[in-house]
Amino acid sequence: MTEAAYPITETTTAAHEPAGRRPRGFGSIAIFAALIVLAGVVLIPILATALNGFKELGDLQANPLGLPHVWVWKNYWDVLTGYRYWQVLGNSLLIALLTVALTLALSSMAAFAFAHLRFFGDRYLFSYLQLGLLFPVATAILPLFIKIRDLGLLDSYWGVILPQVAFSLAMAILLLRTAFRQLPSELLDAAMMDGCGYFRYFFYVTLPLSGPILSTVAVISFVNSWNGYLLPLVVLNSESRYPWTLGLMAYQGQYMTSWQLVLAFITLTILPAILMFLMAQRYIVAGLTAGAVKA
Amino acid sequence: MSTVETSYVEPARRMSANGWTTLVVFLPPALLLFTVFVALPMAEAAWYGFYNWDGYNRPEKFIGLKNYGYLIGNATFTRSLINNGLIIVVSLLIQLPLALGVALMVAGRIAGAAWFRMIFFLPYVLADVAAGLIWRFMFDGGFGLSSVITGALGLQPYYLLADKNWAFSAVLIVVLWKYFGFHMMLYVAGLQNIDPSLLEAAEMDGASPFQRFWHITLPLLGPMIRLSVFFSVVGALQLFDIIVPLTGGGPFETTNTMVSYLYYFGITRMRVGFGSAVGVVLFLICVTFAFGYRRLFMRDD
Repeated sequence: MTEAAYPITETTTAAHEPAGRRPRGFGSIAIFAALIVLAGVVLIPILATALNGFKELGDLQANPLGLPHVWVWKNYWDVLTGYRYWQVLGNSLLIALLTVALTLALSSMAAFAFAHLRFFGDRYLFSYLQLGLLFPVATAILPLFIKIRDLGLLDSYWGVILPQVAFSLAMAILLLRTAFRQLPSELLDAAMMDGCGYFRYFFYVTLPLSGPILSTVAVISFVNSWNGYLLPLVVLNSESRYPWTLGLMAYQGQYMTSWQLVLAFITLTILPAILMFLMAQRYIVAGLTAGAVKA
Repeated sequence: MSTVETSYVEPARRMSANGWTTLVVFLPPALLLFTVFVALPMAEAAWYGFYNWDGYNRPEKFIGLKNYGYLIGNATFTRSLINNGLIIVVSLLIQLPLALGVALMVAGRIAGAAWFRMIFFLPYVLADVAAGLIWRFMFDGGFGLSSVITGALGLQPYYLLADKNWAFSAVLIVVLWKYFGFHMMLYVAGLQNIDPSLLEAAEMDGASPFQRFWHITLPLLGPMIRLSVFFSVVGALQLFDIIVPLTGGGPFETTNTMVSYLYYFGITRMRVGFGSAVGVVLFLICVTFAFGYRRLFMRDD
């Protein structure tokens, strides 16, 4: 599954339309209607969540899927002016950014070594790292917890970041090594001839030419970290360090029966992801699907 | 997910001193982190699985295969396995055909195709936890969608998430809602790589739309379908984040998956040995599937 450069990036932007002609007449209307219905089914839960955050509990109970009778801004306002919301988002952002930075640094260096250097046992080492693709974090979560505890990283950001990086390495190294090898080998030959070492080649040629694949890796590891739940759940105890996924569950646990508050909190916590998605849709779709396809 | 590659041969280049320095600087950080946080814990899971251990001091109470033996007869664990199986069945029998059908609709030049693709993909970017909580509201018999339906029919409020016979169907609905857009996007990408002239040629030869789909589109989508099946199964095996906010494994432990079983019965009770054994079982299932599937179906891809 390693086609040239980017099978999905250009295509999802409808650069060239695929096989088949524009459906006409009745068929086209039926398809359009079916798509509208399906889009409604997909969007209603999200829209209902956002709208219900504007209701009083009574209004919410009487009329869960309609517009609010009276728009209550207080639910949202209280979340936005409290420190809790900003704290969980800040924690998530910090954890995700450090995870992405470390993943990019470690995986690009290792992938470069695997792409260009021949050494004893290189294939075995590469296969060893690829074992990480075979199983999810959950399988080893208890021994991992013990390890994190013994290293003194329990209830710290690093206790979440380092395992996240470790588990994203396999996929990242695989994607990057393939991409690094697809750079023209004449470049490396010429650079070596001119006395440029591997270090400078890596920083001045490989990395600048690998923007798209590096951003794919970044998108995958950012989204995984941002949405991560199990690992922080096991590692973190203090609410002051909770990422938004844990913060959301804690908030729900506290205001269990006041759905209007919980729904406002959900809306505001998923808002960054939705905004990012709308703004950088092409890159995110390409990153998440291309990563899957190429691996 | 390729393992040892044989096809690529780097032109023989003697490893220079510069090459060695690079290797020594570039490789160890990744290897170290991977070994400490991925490989060792997995190996330790195999070891701890033979012990009855609460995580303090060192594992000393060796109990052989008792942890595994306990799992075999355990009704809750069996139910978890069945639930994982149900997710796989629904993914393959409902989600994949739906995703493929929708992909065929939105890959064409229907009005607003790009918008539809975006809308269908949107749930995939939301965290499972948020999706689970949103649907917990939707299924809440006193408030959400569920109350609208029972209200319209003049029925008593119905609490699906508290119904031990049907609660797991709620999990299946959320999985469908959240993941079909991802698979649709895979198929859209696959469809866009099909050469349109093949379909035009077939059309000129008088092939019906169904024949064109069955004999051209479907076979050419083969690699993408195999990939999509692979992700469905792997994703189904590790499902956890949706369970916690939606049902918490209840009612009466009927909605656990293997990972939520591991969480509720291993982690929260600090039964390290037992939880490790569950992890090992999950590991074996994942690895057997990954290798078996790739051997059987993905050799040419």
